[in-house]
Amino acid sequence: MSYQWNWGIFLSPAASGDSTYLGWMLSGLQTTILLSLSAWVIALALGSLMGVLRTVPGKWLSGIAATYVEVFRNIPLLVQLFIWYFVLPEVLPFGLGERFKQNLDPVTQQFVSAMVCLGFFTSARVCEQVRSGINALPRGQKNAGLALGFTLPQTYRHVLLPMAFRLVVPPLTSEFLNIFKNSAVCSTIGLLELAAQGRQLVDYTAQPYESFIAVTALYLIINVVVMTLMRHVENKTRVPGYLGGK
Amino acid sequence: MYDFDWSSIPGALPFLWEGMKVSLEITLSAVIFGIVWGTALAMMRLSPVKPLAMFAAGYVNLFRAIPLVMVLLWFFLIVPQVLRGAFNLDPNTDVRLTSAMIGFALFESAYYSEIIRAGIQSVPKGQVAAASALGMSYAQAMRLVVLPQAFRNMVPLLLTQAIVLFQDTSLVYVSALADFFGAAYKVGDRDGRLVELLLFAGLVYFLICFAASQLVRRYQKKLNAHVAH
Repeated sequence: MSYQWNWGIFLSPAASGDSTYLGWMLSGLQTTILLSLSAWVIALALGSLMGVLRTVPGKWLSGIAATYVEVFRNIPLLVQLFIWYFVLPEVLPFGLGERFKQNLDPVTQQFVSAMVCLGFFTSARVCEQVRSGINALPRGQKNAGLALGFTLPQTYRHVLLPMAFRLVVPPLTSEFLNIFKNSAVCSTIGLLELAAQGRQLVDYTAQPYESFIAVTALYLIINVVVMTLMRHVENKTRVPGYLGGK
Repeated sequence: MYDFDWSSIPGALPFLWEGMKVSLEITLSAVIFGIVWGTALAMMRLSPVKPLAMFAAGYVNLFRAIPLVMVLLWFFLIVPQVLRGAFNLDPNTDVRLTSAMIGFALFESAYYSEIIRAGIQSVPKGQVAAASALGMSYAQAMRLVVLPQAFRNMVPLLLTQAIVLFQDTSLVYVSALADFFGAAYKVGDRDGRLVELLLFAGLVYFLICFAASQLVRRYQKKLNAHVAH
């Protein structure tokens, strides 16, 4: 049993004719990055909104936000993805699902489902981080804001959130790393991101080790790049006077 | 409007239960192995022996940087070849379950090791000093003084990680292994009732994981109340 290594395989023309196997991999990398970044935007926006709702007085709003978190945290990502992709277009009312299936090409359908799925999934985690950031602030800050005549929304906007967001940058970094790793799950609905390109490469080249080593290395590079970038952001946003502060 | 038809679920329950057993088997074996090997990794990482500490750090950081899907693909590629080479297995033997179990166990160890390391580090230094003042060796101090306290504090986190792991076992879908999710997908695909079966699978996962996480939360509260006294 001896394995024939052939690293030159990446430079040979791919079966699609218009590219090399290296080109396939890079297009997968591009999809992974685009998918993760766009899902991250959704996750941050929704997660911040829900995180704020978790902390407002009154049972109703915080109850809705708590339910939201439980739903997205207790169903496996893969199942959520399949529900977004296979179930939702079928059951959406007013012909929205029909329009989604008919007007968008398959690749766009996969990308949109994957993006929304990853975004919502991650938003539940972001929500919990934002909530703990707001709760970590001394009670006096909110009271001081209200005493100065701010309304509750103004207190959040000008007093609580600017501090809370700076406190939660480190835990959000690990969620940001997770979204890149979780994006690999989207290969299961046929979206040709990095992991899917890796599997396709195995089928077309019969060189499984080179393909997987290259794809794994690309994930490691993503990891290092994101960590380096976020360390920069963490240094910039660190709050002086707190543990780990300047 | 979509016409729901749930009639294919009752008949498929035995098949789905078979799948659930696969999911639970993988979860349980990975939790047990993960805690044992994770403890070893954590102790190596904290040990003064440089090569051991570096090996453990490398292992943990590598596994934590790679997507689980990729790790599983690797194990479905390598494990069958190794097993067949080592035991002269018939090429048709199905080793997907074994591959999945090994993959999950080695992957989860990295995550467990980080939880356990934090747990060990949460034990005050004075405890180790007191143990060695009593004449205990490093191994004795670890076994009799540090680890029992560390584990007690870690139990909620270890259980939460087990719930995450249970959810992650659905990813064996990439090898077409029929765990609970794979079984649900197969039934839905066969009967043309994918919508109902996927919703059903989601509901079952939700109920199990929600109930389990509530139990963990209650346990955590009890633990906190106990520590506070």
